[in-house]
Amino acid sequence: MRYIEPHGHMVSRTTDDYQAMVTSGCAAVCEPAFWAGFDRGGPESFRDYFSQLTEHEPRRAAKFGLPHYSWICLNPKEAEDLGLAREVLTIIPEFLDRPNVLGVGEIGLNKNSRNELQVLERHIELAAEHDQLILVHTPHLEDKRKGTRLILDALAAESRIRPERCIIDHVEEHTIRMVLDEGYWAGMTLYPESKCSAARAVDMLEIYGTERIWMNSACDWGVSVPKAVPYAMLEMRLRGHDPDWIDRVAFRNPSAFMSQCSRFRIPE
Amino acid sequence: MRRQAILDRYFLDARHKLIDVAAFLDRVERGEGDADFRLAAFHQAVDVLRERRPDKAEAVLTVFSDPTDEPIAVADTQGACGAWPGSGKES
Ligand SMILES: [Zn+2]
Repeated sequence: MRYIEPHGHMVSRTTDDYQAMVTSGCAAVCEPAFWAGFDRGGPESFRDYFSQLTEHEPRRAAKFGLPHYSWICLNPKEAEDLGLAREVLTIIPEFLDRPNVLGVGEIGLNKNSRNELQVLERHIELAAEHDQLILVHTPHLEDKRKGTRLILDALAAESRIRPERCIIDHVEEHTIRMVLDEGYWAGMTLYPESKCSAARAVDMLEIYGTERIWMNSACDWGVSVPKAVPYAMLEMRLRGHDPDWIDRVAFRNPSAFMSQCSRFRIPE
Repeated sequence: MRRQAILDRYFLDARHKLIDVAAFLDRVERGEGDADFRLAAFHQAVDVLRERRPDKAEAVLTVFSDPTDEPIAVADTQGACGAWPGSGKES
């Protein structure tokens, strides 16, 4: 079994996690910029974090033979402060041509506020100006459905954005249809207390098909499971799906999306 | 998958989760004081389970969702509680 972890916050994980992922068939990991679990002190903290994502973490992953890619942005949880956002948005372009950077992400919304939406629109503009792929975080729980709608509208409002170059992550049963119908990629996040279980993810694949969909663990500093993707692959196998079907979802789909960025190399 | 195979694979797990839900509701009833909007939303979501429709997971998620369209003025918290304060009311 081979797979790509398209969404893992590895700076929060241990070397044991790297070892477990690689020995389970992980062939590449992609790390979107995220909230630290607390608000960062100022713009320079973001510069340090972006350096960590583009210099230090790839070296740590390389010790386990694992290619590491990253996405750069100011995450929506820290987007309420427009002054901070403005400053961080001027730092981001410095990092967009680093050798492991795939695009702008994970941008999106958290509580669906006006300021968050404004910061999302600036990120979308930035991605369009620099011709970057986009990885979108959709809000949690009661805010997801409305937030997903607002995000899709914001993307559609920027004419330079092509839906096939955007992945809308953390979809669930009430948001997956709008994402796929409007031509975007959909990410299903396998997470213990919120988001999606392996059984539900496989249900959605059976209902909506395997085109433009990937799965990820979104493992981070919270209770989360770095091997969630291979566990879901086991779920597929136990339901009788053939190895080619499983490989498409777990390996070839993320490869196909990420290959739209010339810096991504499909793992051997 | 055939129904029989689905039951073989998932029945005990679903039964376990359902009993946990029942025990949770008992626990809430034994508790003191008022409940907030989350309990009403939960009851409304439980009602969905008895409906004969193919999209019960989507319908449950929708019961808990903010149905409004406009961005809120200010995000004064970073977290989410799992139900919208207006949910659970009869519509
Ligand atoms: Zn994430």
